[in-house]
Amino acid sequence: MNKLRIIYNGIVNENPTFVLLLGMCPTLGTTGSAMTGMSMGLATMGVLICSNVAISAIKSLVPDRVRIPAYIVVIATFVTLLQMFMAAYLPALNASLGIFIPLIVVNCILLGRAEAFASRHTVADSCMDGIGIGLGFTVALTLLGAVREILGTGTVFGLRLFPETFGSLVFVLAPGAFIALGFLIALINYIRKRS
Amino acid sequence: MLTYLSIIVTAIFVNNIVFAQFLGICPFLGVSKKLSSALGMGAAVTFVMTLATCVTWLVQYGILEPWGLGYMQTIVFILVIAALVQMLEIIIKKIAPGLYQALGVFLPLITTNCAVLGVAILVIQKGMNLGESMVYAVATAIGFTLALVVFAGIREQLRMVDVPAPMRGIPIALICAGMLAMAFMGFSGISVG
Amino acid sequence: MKKLSSTLTNMALSLGIITIGASALLAWVNSLTAGPIEEARQKSEIDAIKSVTPPFDNNPRAEAWDWIPETDTVPFIVYPAMENGAFVGAAVNGYSKNGFGGEIKVMYGFDSTGAVTGYQVLSHAETPGLGAKMQEWFSMDAGNRSVLGKDPAQTAMYVSKDAGGAIDGITAATITSRAFLETLRNCYKAFEAYKVDHGYASDVNRTAGDATTGATSHHQS
Repeated sequence: MNKLRIIYNGIVNENPTFVLLLGMCPTLGTTGSAMTGMSMGLATMGVLICSNVAISAIKSLVPDRVRIPAYIVVIATFVTLLQMFMAAYLPALNASLGIFIPLIVVNCILLGRAEAFASRHTVADSCMDGIGIGLGFTVALTLLGAVREILGTGTVFGLRLFPETFGSLVFVLAPGAFIALGFLIALINYIRKRS
Repeated sequence: MLTYLSIIVTAIFVNNIVFAQFLGICPFLGVSKKLSSALGMGAAVTFVMTLATCVTWLVQYGILEPWGLGYMQTIVFILVIAALVQMLEIIIKKIAPGLYQALGVFLPLITTNCAVLGVAILVIQKGMNLGESMVYAVATAIGFTLALVVFAGIREQLRMVDVPAPMRGIPIALICAGMLAMAFMGFSGISVG
Repeated sequence: MKKLSSTLTNMALSLGIITIGASALLAWVNSLTAGPIEEARQKSEIDAIKSVTPPFDNNPRAEAWDWIPETDTVPFIVYPAMENGAFVGAAVNGYSKNGFGGEIKVMYGFDSTGAVTGYQVLSHAETPGLGAKMQEWFSMDAGNRSVLGKDPAQTAMYVSKDAGGAIDGITAATITSRAFLETLRNCYKAFEAYKVDHGYASDVNRTAGDATTGATSHHQS
């Protein structure tokens, strides 16, 4: 498989959020603004690339029946490393993403890609898959965060697009997360069907 | 007593795990097509969440903290939960085949249910004692079951509605969930004691 | 390379090696990042203190003093600010559990006379766009919103909605506003108690008790 095709595949055809509908908790929980959404996407992408590479490197050393616990240990290790680095060098971001950082461990995307891709492909291909799926996740979270931020407060990445009175607060709050994601997925279904 | 009551009301209604904290969304969307399976999933989660919170709390304060291994929290908790779910599956299969028939299919899904790990970490972060943690875990699981059952009831009705094609399935379900979340926002600001 | 078969030895060995490798890696990185994490924590605390108090040249964290409110067991922490050995004010790290979404934590700064020099909301779970506006609202120079420069001994730190209150609460977030001002009153009590305890209370008539007797009656209304 062509390396670039793997990446493209991850962003468009198998977009984890809009198409596979995986990893919904951080998708809803960290997209109050475009910035937090993007940070969460990038954090997840970092762990995904590392875990994909590590798992495809050790795949032949892991007997089939213990592969799931082995993968969980690998993923949890990288998540803990991320926690440590973020607490040390990005404390403010770490505080704003809160519990969703340790919860990357149970993000179905990671175990899903380990099982479906990394355990049967080469290290290089698995790395590409991590980049592609990770970018797809990041794009989705940034998009949802931007939509919620614009509708909720009239800003995007903190830049003011509309006057302060524009926003409808509900989009920053919990209900807006569900509703905005629902309409975004519907829109993407519509576009995919037309093309 | 009042603290416990306050924890219960907050965990079920005010800070509902699904509608306010966005945890456990995958089973919430995945297992809410039928009312009966929603109830089964809710029961299985209640069982595992309570037990897992108890065990992880003991592990945290019995092993990790005294040995200065706090940084291993994530990795140890997820392994404890995974092992616990496996053990439960085997035990229930042996001693209560009827219960296994009802809950069995949901158990493997629970390992990757972020609500279970989430609650285990949250009670540590909030510095709750063992009693408070258990009450919090049970109440949160009841809140999860409530959300799941109400939502399944709505989705059963939704099947008979003529929804525009791109909106069918998950999108309309998410929008309904949004409206439910709005209803749950009505509980915010309630405090007991 | 062929996949290892699922024999018991292989499974135990493979899982064991992975777990040991993972633990070793984590222990090593933990020893590397423990320092920076502690530094980052201290820095954010010092930054919060600096942002609310008059300039100082001591280490307020080393001279921290605990004050326990009547209704709770968790202490408020007073960080004294000294310049050239003279007491110029203090930062008080306080909280209220009566916010709309539960606990709010605020760091308040006072100068040596007791006037509010600044504040920083450290953590809260208030509604975004409503109660969460407290960081900006109570420093705005509009109406009676601002608490800055005011002395809690002379200003009734209650929302103007409640009888006798002198501060305009956040529109549509009165509960948050009440909790915010409750924290301020308690921080001031802690500050006054610190001054008495350390002999900085130059004006004995203005102790914490006096400052709040009037206020208590507002609270009843």
